[in-house]
Amino acid sequence: MNRPFQRRESIIFFAFALLLVVILPLASSIGWISPFKLNTWGKYLSYAILAIAVDLLWGYTGLLSLGQALFFSLGGYMMGMYLMLMIGKLGQYKSNLPDFLVFLGHSELPAIWKPFYSFPFALLMVVLIPGILAFIFGYLAFRSRIKGVYFSILTQALTYGAALMFFRNDLNMGGNNGFTDFRFILGADIRSDGTKRTLFIVTAIVLLGVYAGCRWLTTTKFGLIQRAVRDSENRVLFSGYAAANYKLFVFVLCAIIASIGGSLFVTQVGIINPSEMTTQKSLEAVVWVAVGGRGTLIGPVLGAIGVNSLQSWATRAMPDYWLLFLGAGFTLAVLFMPKGLVGLPLQLRNAFVKYKSRSTAEQDATPIPAAAVTIKPTPSPSSSPSAE
Amino acid sequence: MSQKPFLLAAEGLNKSFSGFKAITDLSFYLDEGELRTVIGPNGAGKTTFLDLITGRTKPDTGTLQFEGSHDLLHKNEYEIYRLGIGRKFQTPTVYTDHTVFENLLLSLGGSRSVWKSLFYRLKSEDKDRIESILKTINLTDRAHWKAGALAHGQKQWLEIGMLLAQNAKLLLVDEPAAGMTDEETHRTGELLLSLAGKHTIVVIEHDMTFVRQISKDRRVTVLHQGSVLCEGSVDFVQSNERVIEVYLGRKSKAA
Repeated sequence: MNRPFQRRESIIFFAFALLLVVILPLASSIGWISPFKLNTWGKYLSYAILAIAVDLLWGYTGLLSLGQALFFSLGGYMMGMYLMLMIGKLGQYKSNLPDFLVFLGHSELPAIWKPFYSFPFALLMVVLIPGILAFIFGYLAFRSRIKGVYFSILTQALTYGAALMFFRNDLNMGGNNGFTDFRFILGADIRSDGTKRTLFIVTAIVLLGVYAGCRWLTTTKFGLIQRAVRDSENRVLFSGYAAANYKLFVFVLCAIIASIGGSLFVTQVGIINPSEMTTQKSLEAVVWVAVGGRGTLIGPVLGAIGVNSLQSWATRAMPDYWLLFLGAGFTLAVLFMPKGLVGLPLQLRNAFVKYKSRSTAEQDATPIPAAAVTIKPTPSPSSSPSAE
Repeated sequence: MSQKPFLLAAEGLNKSFSGFKAITDLSFYLDEGELRTVIGPNGAGKTTFLDLITGRTKPDTGTLQFEGSHDLLHKNEYEIYRLGIGRKFQTPTVYTDHTVFENLLLSLGGSRSVWKSLFYRLKSEDKDRIESILKTINLTDRAHWKAGALAHGQKQWLEIGMLLAQNAKLLLVDEPAAGMTDEETHRTGELLLSLAGKHTIVVIEHDMTFVRQISKDRRVTVLHQGSVLCEGSVDFVQSNERVIEVYLGRKSKAA
């Protein structure tokens, strides 16, 4: 097994870390980058965390989960509950309760809301709630050996069901408006440029941490088994591994990673509602992964940042055609770039080498025209009949 | 009656797939240390029989005992593996995106727990063991190739190597010589012969030269339409009229 980080890779990793954690925030503090831009990039970084979670399941374990948007928004909701309580009396109704609860006629905070005054508790819930949900769902699904497209459909149904639940007002989670109008996080003004910069740095650090952690995971024996499950689950079972346990571990881990991404997303975007919790959002993340490069860790990050930057440009430049644009991009990526953006340099190099050898072959080919064609296929030995 | 219990005892097995009877009232006994060859025409139920032993499918009726005390019917694939039953599939089933070395590493005996796999470190004894297996299966210089890039015969060898790594008590080997050259086939036979005694082996095969090579005076079982047609030495089996009729006869006519 190879070492967690090759030398060249570590250099690139630290260069990125320097760029994200030091250079960009500095550039923003001296006014080279607008706070709005930095905030937008922070959002993309939280999407990149989601994309890694999708790829660790899809690219590495062969599980196409369409439930990652659910875990992402659950994380957002958990963080949102804390942020809602931090608004205090600054809301429309000048009440200690979040506005929507006053609007629904509550005079007291519902019991499940109370512990969310504590920031550490909210963080704990960001990890626990999606983790437990993923454990229960994954346990049942993997024990019943639900695979392939059936697994995708089930996770999609789970996401849809959860969204319907969150749309209801009597869940006391803000209904279709969700949570918004946040004011403070840990006592700091969440709308100030300084806080936004700090949140960007935190998101970047978490992304780097998630990347490094997943990179380590893929180099362990666990990582080998994970990819073995993807390529030949039967062989894994007949080699004595309880494949379901390995899949469950990855599924829970990826739910937690997505959830952490979602909690960072909410602090920077300032809103969370059930429209984040749709299959369409999960599919978007799948597109980022496919475009960036499935089965690599840098691919999802590039894909998430690239596709979203493109989106923010294209929705302004050609608002009516943006979705066609995305669809075409995805189709082209699947058809012509099986390894995504990450695989493109190698693909181009191979194409170039092929082109070059063909043009030299054309010059050399004339003296021996039929040589390649005259080789007859050797008859298969009679002693080895084909499979039953 | 003071005999040792059979390593594997199958009694009265039946299995049908939507009306088609793949296994009909099959009984099969295997002693420890045996090298048993199972032959039979296409569709005789050979592979289905292995599926039943390894837990891939469950029989409709019948019993399957391993070492006299383990009931295989209530165990799944990996539990059966953990009792010490290893299987090589008919079409080579290796991890194509992993290197040859990694394929063997994943097949080595030892812990199968998720937690331990996270903190596993390659020990020198494991490395030595893999290297000695690589030598046995003649793939030392291919150790860091992706298994998908190997030739068909080499994949077969790799899968046999994976069985060796597992160090199973009972090896179930489904058509090991398929797709091999005559020389490779012969070497496969030698390898299986060298394992006989240390392990108990069941080989399913079509190729009669190969069967003759590995069975010598050992027992050969002929399956036909899902049950045992005849059992005995290879000469006995080949001179049995019913066997000639259903299997060898048909084959010689075809040839």
